[in-house]
Amino acid sequence: MSLVDIYRSLGVTLDKGIAYLVVDGNEILKANEVRGISMEKEETREGIDLRLVIKEGIKLKEPIHLCFGVSKERAVQKIHAEIIAERDSHACLLAHCIFPKAKEVHHVMDGNLLIEKGAELSYEEIHWHGEEGGADVFPRLRTRNLGDFRSTFSLLRGRVGRLGIDYLVEAGERSVTEIITKVYGKGNDEIRIKEGVSLNGAYARSVIKSRIAVRDRAFSDVVSITEGNAPYVRGHVDGTEIVQGEAIAKATPIVKVNHEKAKVTHEAAIGSVDRKQLETLMAKGLEEKEAIDVIIKGMLR
Amino acid sequence: MQENTQGKEGSFMVDILKLINVEVERNGKRILKGISLSIKKGMIHALLGPNGSGKSTLAFAIMGVYKLSKGNVYFEGKDISRKPIYERARLGISMAWQSPATFEGLTVKEYLSIGGNANVEEALRMVNLDPARYLDRVMDSSLSGGERKRIELASVVAMKPKLAILDEPDSGIDFVTLDELMRVISDLKKEGITVLLITHREEVARIADRASLICDGYLVKSGNTWEVTKFFRKMCGRCKYGRYSEVKGIEPS
Ligand SMILES: Nc1ncnc2c1ncn2[C@@H]1O[C@H](COP(=O)(O)OP(=O)(O)O)[C@@H](O)[C@H]1O
Ligand SMILES: [Mg+2]
Repeated sequence: MSLVDIYRSLGVTLDKGIAYLVVDGNEILKANEVRGISMEKEETREGIDLRLVIKEGIKLKEPIHLCFGVSKERAVQKIHAEIIAERDSHACLLAHCIFPKAKEVHHVMDGNLLIEKGAELSYEEIHWHGEEGGADVFPRLRTRNLGDFRSTFSLLRGRVGRLGIDYLVEAGERSVTEIITKVYGKGNDEIRIKEGVSLNGAYARSVIKSRIAVRDRAFSDVVSITEGNAPYVRGHVDGTEIVQGEAIAKATPIVKVNHEKAKVTHEAAIGSVDRKQLETLMAKGLEEKEAIDVIIKGMLR
Repeated sequence: MQENTQGKEGSFMVDILKLINVEVERNGKRILKGISLSIKKGMIHALLGPNGSGKSTLAFAIMGVYKLSKGNVYFEGKDISRKPIYERARLGISMAWQSPATFEGLTVKEYLSIGGNANVEEALRMVNLDPARYLDRVMDSSLSGGERKRIELASVVAMKPKLAILDEPDSGIDFVTLDELMRVISDLKKEGITVLLITHREEVARIADRASLICDGYLVKSGNTWEVTKFFRKMCGRCKYGRYSEVKGIEPS
């Protein structure tokens, strides 16, 4: 089964009226553009270079699918991406990162994003790394947000392998930023997440929300940073980690305020499954394992 | 062991639940002290007692949330004292928690459907919640305390248990009327469900067929509702702290 078929079987629509790019390793398998966007892409030795522009005022109804997959067991994939959402444009990017057979797959995403004034960009990255735990994944995004930027990263199916997220958003005046990360680590998975927002423009708002579950011998370390550097900015960091078995979880919210009229808050909960939730579900007839599953799935939804 | 009951029909009725000399300790402290109690099948049985007397602890002991340090719990004649919570649930015991848990990401519909319940909408209507408005709500803190209590009650209704333990279903629901609660409980009874109605309010206990009074971890009195509530009233008037030593001296008139 080629990656295109895998994507189709996962419900990714690759039709005429829809913009998409399907990459296997460093090979572009399929691509389509729609009116109002430009997509420059080029195969490189170890990956691809991409420059994607959503033109001024363009409001896309359908999402743009970026399918960055690796069908081989062993490969290196380096994606260089520059993504620009011009003034008053609206778009949703769905990045599907699928490494179904990964034994030694090394995936690096190096992205620079610009969201101009009045633009809305949602960037949703969904990963599936197969069951071998052999993926090393390093998504790195640098975003300048003058509009509305919402990013969601989820890695819930199969194994994580090694994950190192490094996101930084520079938030301009009256911008809205939301970063949501959901990861379920198993086996000896290693999860390292560093997400930061600098609220540099007045009235900028941000939320960093992380939901991490680790079990077996998995390890996670989440650092969430929010800096309030301008008047009337509002930032919030919200992290929950559920730990089972011999897993280890660390969470470090770092909030800094450099302006007297800025406000940044945080809440963090880290620990094993909540007893009361567990007992409540067991009192509905679920065995402990099933109850834990319901609680974790709910949290990661 | 069959208790000789006040009601004429009492002695012919089957005990659905029987506690014998039940004790529960929490953090090394004896909370329930030698409680023996029978609940007749198909009845509404009130468990009355002041705050902190051990009512919730007793509910947890029946449900299996707390382990017994002594004694036994029998359900339909079977000793369930060592059975895990979920097995008791599967046998037909269901409990509405006094302060229900919240769940991130779980919808009301999913919560009520756990255990394969099909009559979720009907259960919501029974507690006066509009299914169209509530089925897709998330069970997190966006729900008010009162809404959570109603949903909790609905979750027991949906389970169609043999024994429904309702731990202070009237508390925290600001707008609930006693009539409304009575209607739900009598609907349960009509379906043949036995109800253990836990409350610290005499007027709520009054809707029960039978009642027991718990105080300071002791079962002080069990029998017909009128006598038990009368004793409760007297006790509350007499003893400041609801200590058993104070209660012992009170003779039922
Ligand atoms: N974990 C605990 N450790 C020690 N004491 C407890 C614990 N939980 C409850 N208690 C005590 O047990 C008593 C009974 O509590 P509870 O069953 O909740 O009473 P009720 O439901 O009648 O208000 C109270 O005095 C309470 O302080
Ligand atoms: Mg209580």
